[in-house]
Amino acid sequence: MKPAPFDYLAPESIGDAVAALVEYGGHAKILAGGQSLVPMLAFRIARPAALIDLGRVPGLTGLALEGDSVSIGAMTTHRSVELSEGLIGRCPMLGEALAVLGHVAIRNVGTVGGSMAHADPAAEWPAIALALEGRLAVSGTGGERSVAAADFLTGWMTTALMPDEILVGVELTLPPSGTGSAFLEVARRHGDFALAGAAVVLSIEDGLVSRVRIALLGLGLTAVRAEEAEGLIAGREPTLEAFEAASAAIESSIQPLGDQQGTADYKRHLGRVLTVRALTKAHERATNGAVG
Amino acid sequence: MNDRRNHQLSLTVNGTETRAVTEVRVSLADFLRDKLGLTGTHLGCEHGVCGACTVMMDDMAVRSCLVLAVQAEGRRVTTVEGFAAADGTLNPIQEAFAERHALQCGFCTPGFLATVAEYLAERPTGTEAEVRERLAGNLCRCTGYQNIVDAVMKLAEQSAGDLT
Repeated sequence: MKPAPFDYLAPESIGDAVAALVEYGGHAKILAGGQSLVPMLAFRIARPAALIDLGRVPGLTGLALEGDSVSIGAMTTHRSVELSEGLIGRCPMLGEALAVLGHVAIRNVGTVGGSMAHADPAAEWPAIALALEGRLAVSGTGGERSVAAADFLTGWMTTALMPDEILVGVELTLPPSGTGSAFLEVARRHGDFALAGAAVVLSIEDGLVSRVRIALLGLGLTAVRAEEAEGLIAGREPTLEAFEAASAAIESSIQPLGDQQGTADYKRHLGRVLTVRALTKAHERATNGAVG
Repeated sequence: MNDRRNHQLSLTVNGTETRAVTEVRVSLADFLRDKLGLTGTHLGCEHGVCGACTVMMDDMAVRSCLVLAVQAEGRRVTTVEGFAAADGTLNPIQEAFAERHALQCGFCTPGFLATVAEYLAERPTGTEAEVRERLAGNLCRCTGYQNIVDAVMKLAEQSAGDLT
């Protein structure tokens, strides 16, 4: 038997799910799609006392596009988002990120909320959330609260969720017209965990960069915003020289860790190259007249 | 019996209503293989990378090694045993694989069939690049993939033709 024994509950409301978390005093794990959690259980890296399956709680799936923002239920599968043509057309960066998130079979079951709450530094969703001013809707015994993505990602595989709290939704701000977005990552094989990745949103007004967000994954304990790099481009002309200067400046925002996939210096190099390429691609999209 | 460690599971497997008790920690793959004796679903890596365990659940390809059996409650699961007709006639995907030598040892094949079934249902354009990308989640140690890609491209062409 692969996973260690655990209790399994399938509550039918958020209130019951929260009560179950409280009952197990911090020793229960939420089961969303399970695509990250189940292998951890099988390898016995995780040995929770209980799994609380959110699969029977209504109201946690689906996405709603309203003007410049989209609300995505935490239990929405990656595949559902990927197949939302209106949303992907509006923000190509999402399509690019989802196309390299595992494989279709993983995306059919894995969820947006699960990925955010698992907070793997190499995951796509946390970087997307940072690039798109993401806000996380959280529900617990104290009621509901909204947490900015940067405040939500607190450390390695760690979030701001308290032991009695559940992530119920993700809200993203979509790029307005005159803005381009792009997502790029490098992995050894298609569908593998990324070694490094960049999510960029770039707005151009009167030939100058009016707004830029650069979010990086795989280059630290969490996904990070390269704020110093952003500062070097904001208000400037969007030239390749400017982008390359910005890519050098990601250094102050990252702490790449060497592992069997690559050395810290290799990942640092990838980060810089991907930053330039994502900025270039976002710039092309911003200036070709299309929205997103 | 629905204590918190065991679950009375109800689901449809290959068209048949199935009820069985399972420990909650059993994967769908192990449930299919050990409880139901459907050993056509294979275990390669058991962490979602190799694709050998891929089955259909509600018309979606899923990694049965990464889905707990309890997550399949109320769902429709189709394994490789459910692809051929009752009289043994191979389905078009199986037929194309056989014809194109898209299998040798056959270990990866059930997983490929599920992935391909979902892909073809989308009426894809079936370019080589698209096919290779879609199949990237199913590993094969025998064939070198070329015949698998050829079989799927031919199937995509045929299923596109069905629309006219």
